[in-house]
Amino acid sequence: MIEVKNVDKSFDGNHVLKNVSAVFETGKTNMIIGASGSGKTVLMKSVIGLHRIDNGRIEYDGRNLPDMRMSEIRILRREVGMLFQGSALFDSLSVLENVMYPLEMFSPTTRDEMEARAIFCLKHVSLAEKSYGLAPSEISGGMQKRVAIARAIALQPKYLFCDEPNSGLDPKTSLIIDQLIHEITHEFSITTIINSHDMNSVMEIGENIIFIEKGEKAWQGNKDDIFHVDSKALNDFVFASQLFKQVRKVNQ
Amino acid sequence: MKRVFAKPDRWKMFFRQFPKELEKLGLQSLPIVAIISVFIGFIMTMQTKLNTSNPLLPVYTTGLVTRDTLLLEFSSTILCLILAGKVGSNIASEIGTMRITEQIDALEIMGVNSANYLILPKIAAFIIMMPFLVIFSMALGLFGGYFVGILTSIMTTGDYLIGIQYAFVPFYVFYSLLKSMLFAFIISSVAAYYGYYAYGGALDVGKASTNAVVNGSVLILFFNILITKIMLN
Repeated sequence: MIEVKNVDKSFDGNHVLKNVSAVFETGKTNMIIGASGSGKTVLMKSVIGLHRIDNGRIEYDGRNLPDMRMSEIRILRREVGMLFQGSALFDSLSVLENVMYPLEMFSPTTRDEMEARAIFCLKHVSLAEKSYGLAPSEISGGMQKRVAIARAIALQPKYLFCDEPNSGLDPKTSLIIDQLIHEITHEFSITTIINSHDMNSVMEIGENIIFIEKGEKAWQGNKDDIFHVDSKALNDFVFASQLFKQVRKVNQ
Repeated sequence: MKRVFAKPDRWKMFFRQFPKELEKLGLQSLPIVAIISVFIGFIMTMQTKLNTSNPLLPVYTTGLVTRDTLLLEFSSTILCLILAGKVGSNIASEIGTMRITEQIDALEIMGVNSANYLILPKIAAFIIMMPFLVIFSMALGLFGGYFVGILTSIMTTGDYLIGIQYAFVPFYVFYSLLKSMLFAFIISSVAAYYGYYAYGGALDVGKASTNAVVNGSVLILFFNILITKIMLN
């Protein structure tokens, strides 16, 4: 579980996060949603430790991140997997080598065991064996995301962060990636935090949703509650698309 | 700097990366070093001979001037200025692209010291390869000068061979190798710095690459004066 308590973050006097508190639960897909510029990416980067916060606490199962030294943060990060918006696979390594990389860096196991683990992870994300030797540039965007997920879970992380996992993907592939993240979260009991503004994803896998507006937590709940909230900002965000407007009409 | 020169997370990964860098930064520079050195050696010998046609000057003058110019400046300083373009832009653009495509963030999130993992093997490999490139350049430069005697009638190969052996100062080779290693450090570290702190898009990687080459070259020229003053005065 990750607990964020009274977090503030400013950039050059611009107050981006204002007294944000939230709980990201273990074994659930926790989603941070909000419009562009609302502060959700800053919140996620602050939780990971890529931004140093001004005030507050970020507790990874009781361990407060802002109190940690760099060496301690680096050890904590070995318990963290991250899926980047652009996949961030290493160009110079093949698909299999990309997944093996964190194992080679931190796992004390033999090379055969590492390879077996990497293949297990790649099979888990349903990636065809013929693509293992290919370079990231030789596979599709959806496959790159699968490889990135396989790499993120290779070291059996306790915490998984996903930054806009559906960015640049077609609706069908987006759905597959969402379901994959959801399955992995439950199967390995990971604390997953997804940063997204894709309402389809929210409705598909959002179990604990935090809505950020102008740097403040405006709402927290689940996907069943989101249609019945009396908040103009949240309603403007949720019902921005015609599809969800129709859903609201049908519901009414 | 402190993070770059920290102990690697895994020596195994360092030693896997290190030979790749030796090959990429050193061996892949051999063709350009060879071409430039032979041609400069040739043209330097020819120009020296054509512009020092005074009968009072001894026959070995051309060879001696060519040798000392190659040893003292061309094969270390000028070669490093050329390599600042080739190797410096390569390092800056490679690391810069990794930065803007979040590959460096991915390393950091994994708990890897990205500065150490990416930069240290490059600096170490280039410093180690540089003396070999300089010796290679010296040899080929002298060989290029020898061709003047073969391909033209302005001087004999015999006069040239006497010249390049006359009043040879071995310290010049040591001086040249030492300063080339310093320049290798400057090229690789300046380029890595600009690449590592690149941000934005492709255009910004291009800017980082240009800055790496320009600032690396200026620093080479500055330190050339400094080290020459210290070692040869």
